[in-house]
Amino acid sequence: MPKLEARGVWKSFGRNEVCRGIDLSVSEGEMVCLIGASGSGKSTLLRCLNLLEPIDDGEIWLDGMDISTPGLDPQPVRQRIGMVFQSFNLFPHMTAVENVMLAPSRVKKLTRDQLLPEVSQLFGRFGLTDRMQHYPDQLSGGQQQRVAIVRALAMRPEIMLFDEITSALDPELVGEVLDVLRQLRNEGMTMVLATHEMGFARELADKVCFLDQGVILEEGSPEQVFGAPEKDRTRAFLKRVL
Amino acid sequence: MILLVPLAPGWEAVKKSFFNAEVFARTFPGLLEAFLLDVAIFAWSAPLIFILGLLIALARDVRAPALYPLRLFGIVYTDIFRGVPVILVIYLIGFGVPGLGLPRPWNSPYIWGTVALVLTYAAYVAEVFRTGIESIHQSQRSAAASLGLSSADTMRFVILPQAVRRVVPANMNLFIALQKDVALLSFIGPVEIFRQAGVYKSLLANFTPYVGAALIFLAITIPATRYADYLLNRQLRERS
Repeated sequence: MPKLEARGVWKSFGRNEVCRGIDLSVSEGEMVCLIGASGSGKSTLLRCLNLLEPIDDGEIWLDGMDISTPGLDPQPVRQRIGMVFQSFNLFPHMTAVENVMLAPSRVKKLTRDQLLPEVSQLFGRFGLTDRMQHYPDQLSGGQQQRVAIVRALAMRPEIMLFDEITSALDPELVGEVLDVLRQLRNEGMTMVLATHEMGFARELADKVCFLDQGVILEEGSPEQVFGAPEKDRTRAFLKRVL
Repeated sequence: MILLVPLAPGWEAVKKSFFNAEVFARTFPGLLEAFLLDVAIFAWSAPLIFILGLLIALARDVRAPALYPLRLFGIVYTDIFRGVPVILVIYLIGFGVPGLGLPRPWNSPYIWGTVALVLTYAAYVAEVFRTGIESIHQSQRSAAASLGLSSADTMRFVILPQAVRRVVPANMNLFIALQKDVALLSFIGPVEIFRQAGVYKSLLANFTPYVGAALIFLAITIPATRYADYLLNRQLRERS
């Protein structure tokens, strides 16, 4: 049984149909990379997966449960699915450690002292121990994005969604963030990434999906999609970005 | 103007009745004392306005369809109280409610005058808060939602702390205006500084007490305005 599954997901904003019947299946421990041009529906698909956007048609299944049923409370679902955004979206009025502790303390009703050991360990794991008391605007882009990842991990999610998390970074800061992803990959985290980092996708993904005009045009192992793409549009896209 | 006005034919008379040093010295302490009442009314109105304004702004922000009546209430409220002159609200409430024949102290013009000010200013403050809430980027709500925070927690811990800080200068300006509008309560009874000045005027047949009252207001409002400007400029610098 797939861990997370999209079945025929349709989503439009006004007349703009962004997802036009997307099927996607993610198994436990798998890393799936969504590639494709801007506007192909990658980000919207991710936002639909953790119910940030209500879908117009289709279903989304998590662990054998249809989580797209109308009227279902999205909060418990979102607590199980972490998400990291392109523009970090840290809370600017809170220090790094406050950013990370807010959700666990409110949702799981744990005190600061109860959370601190685990949270400190997370900061340590990603080389951020000396940045815990800093405010977001005192951190570099790469550090902010790593804090955002720590913030999502502090909820102990079963799946992580990453929405082009290196696109807003200066080139020299991309590496440190990709290292974090590598680390999570090694620890067996189930991950779905929308990404423009083709080299990274090729190196680490279990499955690569090429999105084009709101559908998954082609999917398969990195060797297949990057090495021997079947569709013309996939070839044209890869030619442009590689 | 300083050169020309004294040349006007009536200047000597005006000088005597508006800028009379002797009258000024005699009435100023009394005016200061009356001003304490303005300060007191301001001091207990301001927190009430802050709270009510915040509640109205929150009512206007609710997105659940089931709570639409709350939202509608917020809209109607701000429309009405921003649309009617303050002095009319003070008259209607300040004279109307005590007219119901309530027992003491509930017939006091202090209470109902204050209520009128609070109701009116809360509408303006609510609009300022709403602007602040809407100025916080949608991505902050997305981030909070993705962490599994409830919408109430998102508002309380993520949106409001940022929004309230952002609109401090705008709210300062409203509270400076409130400080002056407290004088309007004189029309329904309380002997605050404006009314006290009127009493002196009748007593001494001289307008100088009004000038004294104006000076006292300026002594408060000018520093407060400067401070609001300073906060605003600092904020603009921080964001650029």
